[in-house]
Formats: sequence, structure tokens, C-alpha cells
Amino acid sequence: MFQLAQLQIRKDPTESCEADNGFCPDWIADNFDRYVDPFFQHLYLTVIAMAVGFVISFALAIVAYRRRWLINPVTQVTGILYTVPSVAAFFLLLPITGRGNTTALIALVAYVLLIIFRNILTGLDNVPEETKDAGRGMGLTDRQLLWRVELPLALPEIMAGLRIAATTTVGLATLAFFAGAGGLGEQIFADITFKSNVIVAGGLAVLLAAVLDGLILLVQRLITPWTRAVAAR
Amino acid sequence: MNSSDSAQLSGPSSRPAAATLEFRQATKVYPGQSEPAVDGLTLEVPSGEICVLVGPSGCGKTTAMRMVNRMIDITSGDILLDGRSVKERRPAELRREIGYAIQQIGLFPHLSVADNIATVPRLLGWGRARIRARVDELLKLVSLDPHETRDRYPAQLSGGQRQRIGVARALAVDPPLMLMDEPFGAIDPINRERLQNEFLRLQREIRKTIVFVTHDIDEAIKIGDRIAIMQRGGKLAQYAPPAELLMYPQGKFVEDFVGADRALKRLALQRVRDVDLWKAPLVRVGEPVREARAKLADSEVPYCLLIDENGRPLGWLSEKGMQGERVEPELRSKAEPVLELDDVLRDALSDLLQEEAQYGPVVDHRGQVAGVLSIEMLAHALRTDPEEVPSGADAAA
Repeated sequence: MFQLAQLQIRKDPTESCEADNGFCPDWIADNFDRYVDPFFQHLYLTVIAMAVGFVISFALAIVAYRRRWLINPVTQVTGILYTVPSVAAFFLLLPITGRGNTTALIALVAYVLLIIFRNILTGLDNVPEETKDAGRGMGLTDRQLLWRVELPLALPEIMAGLRIAATTTVGLATLAFFAGAGGLGEQIFADITFKSNVIVAGGLAVLLAAVLDGLILLVQRLITPWTRAVAAR
Repeated sequence: MNSSDSAQLSGPSSRPAAATLEFRQATKVYPGQSEPAVDGLTLEVPSGEICVLVGPSGCGKTTAMRMVNRMIDITSGDILLDGRSVKERRPAELRREIGYAIQQIGLFPHLSVADNIATVPRLLGWGRARIRARVDELLKLVSLDPHETRDRYPAQLSGGQRQRIGVARALAVDPPLMLMDEPFGAIDPINRERLQNEFLRLQREIRKTIVFVTHDIDEAIKIGDRIAIMQRGGKLAQYAPPAELLMYPQGKFVEDFVGADRALKRLALQRVRDVDLWKAPLVRVGEPVREARAKLADSEVPYCLLIDENGRPLGWLSEKGMQGERVEPELRSKAEPVLELDDVLRDALSDLLQEEAQYGPVVDHRGQVAGVLSIEMLAHALRTDPEEVPSGADAAA
């Protein structure tokens, strides 16, 4: 059976916090430092998983967009990866990849593939037929059509997929410590009965998810100006 | 702006401004189908003319058009652009030389109007300044204000404006051939009429060779220099200028397709100025009756037409007005209807019938009487040799 390394959060449970409900602003202020490294580890796991997941999904989506028969097998495989519970995935990978970031990242990447793949494909499929016809009719090659017309027009759906993937990944990364990759989850579970601890560690995870979501939304608005220019006559 | 300006600005080489197009037994059979969609189509489009492909849905007109720029590949036969087979050309390169406008327009929603128009110039590697100048020139050509329109997105434009941008984009590199698939199909009738007139005015300037697809025979008659009527199975039923088509339809299919009112449609091809008007016996108040009677004897019109000092028609003079020495202002009827030189004959006929008149005075743009048009002359115009009836952009002059 896997044993959790119990961290010493409170030196003396009775002394460090006097509030009955266990929420101690003073303690939080004094001990905030200990959350900084796990926070950046969490951010690292999320960003790398997203980046790798995006590159793989993007490649799969582009290939499957031209070779439609690939859509079903890719959807099924990524669907299975999506369904495997993350904790189970960590334990399944441990004998192969050992404890550490690699194991955690493989599981996280596997999880976002379906979300991003499906959104890229939906975005590409939603490009109006007449737009593609006009593009081809004017002499754009398939590659030019893809990069200059189809992908830009798929951006809203692609970015929506990235937003879902980002918030999901931040949540799942709280379990990464099962694979020995640390993160805010390790802090949460270190002393799950101490409210101050859970609130700060959990709160930072929520904040990270919200900030990433906001950032992606901001980028989306910057790169899709036409979506807001509707009927401004 | 005139056509030589735009040719200078946009013609990358000494390419001709308009191409000739020839279908030679061009046939398309879609995979898995036994019947061809286009069956041995053979026709020639002379340079600078509008060829309208018209027919019921499923007649292969759009397929025929799309074979020209290889959006659809030819199964057998050939299509020659300026004498050169399109099959020898690389599709993307060929398409950049052929303007392409479709009913749904297909503007790129994520690009500004200027960037949409600049699509093909960019593919051909034009410089920034040249592209910018060309965009403004084209916007003016399609009656849009460059300053106001350039930076808008397609979603910010009306249907008619989008349609114009579609045409401007197709014209961007001054292509020697244009393909247009029902470009006015999605526009409401009033604006369609306006856009058609604008299009014909534009064509008089640019003189492109144009293949124009429509299902609307009235549009075909109005726009085409030559009309190819196609029927189900992709067969060409008749290929002729509009007047000839209306006068000598070959076979029952064409006859039905052009409609029972084809005689009236022919009248829409000619304008009042195109026929030899009767000379009107024009008289003014106070003129000697002797002179008036002499004019009357010299004319085919049985009554004198009283005009004011500016030459505008007042009405038909009654016998009472010619009893004395001098002409008196005694009218038998007002000069209704007053026709204009630019009216098409069909409208003139309609006006005459509405007023139950045998003839009506025709005035020029200043309102002065230029002659008289009669029902008898309209009947004669219907028998005119189609060779003498103008068509397409010329008819709309």
C-alpha cells in the first residue's frame, strides 16, 4: 500500500492557532512562504501538460481533418485516456516511469488530449463551406487555406477548448503528488484537518485556474478581433 | 477612372485584358453516377463578352462553370483559355488568373475588407503600396467609399455591400476571365436590379470575358451577350444571343424555358432610342394653320402635337384649334403618356396600353419632343432581325 509522507505543517497543533474553527490569518501570514514553491510547481505541471497536450492534439486534429477516417479511432483512444481516473493512471505509470514529474505529466497530458482535439476539429469543421470554396476558387493551396483561413476561423473554438483544458488540468494537478510530483495538492493533503492550510492551498489552486482562464480569454480577444465587430453600423 | 488606368495599375505583364474561352466536348461524370452532369458541352465565348449559363436546377450549369477553373475536374473533352488547355495548368495558379464570385460571396469573416480584396494580390506577391492603391481603386469602382469601407469586417456590411466587395475581390488582379455563380441570387429584387445595372455599367468599363451562371431567364436576357440554355443531363439546348434566342427558340424545351411572353421579353432588349421614331407634327400656339396642315400631311401621326416655347409637349391639337388663321390652344387630349428615349420598349408599350393610347410623344433628357412612338412601330420592332438587337452591356448603354 502506498504511504503518504506526512508533512509537519503545525509544530504544535494546540499552540499555533487559537481560533476554534482553525482559520488563523496570523498563521497564514507567517507561513505563506511554504506555499510558494508548491504553487510554482503546480503552475509548471499545468503549463507543460497544456503545451505538450496542445501540440499532440493539434497534430492529431490537422491530420484527422484531412483524413476523416482517423477521427473515430483518435476520438476513441483519447476518450479512453480521458476516462481513466487520474489517480489510477499515476499508479499504473509508477512501475514504468517512476515517481516524479514525468509520471504526473504523462497522466495530465493524456487527460487533455480529447478536450483539445475535439475542439480544434469542431472549430475547423465549423468554417463555412462557402468561405473555403471562395478561398480555393481564388487559388489558395490546401496549406494556405488551412493556415490563412481555416485555423484563424477555428480560433474561438480552439481557445474555448484550451480554457476547459486549463481549468481541468489545474484541478487534476492537485493529485499529482500521488505520483511524487508535488504541487498544491501535497500541501492540501499534508494536513487536511487544518482549515488555514486547506484554505490557502486550495485557494491558490482556484486562483491559478481563474487566472489561467482569464489569460487565455484575453489572448482570444486579442487574436480574434473580428468576433466582436458584429453589425457595428 | 477608366479601364486603361486599372489595366496599367494591375496588369503584371502584357497579359490581355480579356481572354477567349472555349469548351470542347467538355464532359463531367461524377464518380458512381452513370449519367453525366455535363454532357459534351461545346461553345465559344469571344473575348470581352458575357456568356450566361442558364437552366433549371440539376442542368449542370454550375458544374460547367467550375470546370473552367478546375474546381471540378473534367472527365473528358477540354476547356481552352486563350487557346491553352486548363488541364495543363496547376489548379492554384490557374485560379489566381480567373476572377471567382459566388452567390454566398464567401468573404473571409476574419479579414478586413481591404485584406479580403488583397487575397490574390498577396498570393502573387504584390508590394504593399501597390496593393493599397489597388484596393482603393477597386472600392471606388464598385461604388464604395474606400475610406469608410476599407477597415471594416464583412459582418459590419450590408448584403449589397458584401456583394460588391465579392466582385471587387474577384477583380483584384484584373483577371482576363471572371466566373460568377448567381452573384445576385441572395439579394432582394430591388437591390438585385440595381446591382445588375451597376454590374453592366462596370462591364462596359472593364470589358472582361465573363461566365455567368443563373437559373433566372430574365436575368440571363438582361445580362448576357450570349445565353447558353442547358437542360437536365447537362446538355446544351441552345447557345445564342438573347434576341435570337427569343425570336427563334430551338425546340420545345427552350421555348418553354424562355416563357410564353418571349415576344414581350424581346421588347425589354431594346430602348426607344433604338427604333426609328415617327416625325411629330409639332406646332406652337399662334403658328399659321396653313403651315400646321402641311406638317400634318407630311407625318404619319393624324394629329398635330402642341408644344410650349421650350419644345415640351402640351397635348394633341383638336380640329377646333385649326379653324382660324392661327393655331389656337384647343386640345383633343393631353400628351399622355410621355415616353423617354431611355425607356425600354416593354415599358413604353406598357405605358401606351395603360393610357389606351395609339401613340405617345417621346422626349429627350431635356424634355423636348424627339419624335413619336406608336403601337404599330412596336409591332414592327418585334419582327426586327435579332442581329440588329443589341444585348448585354450594350443594351443597357
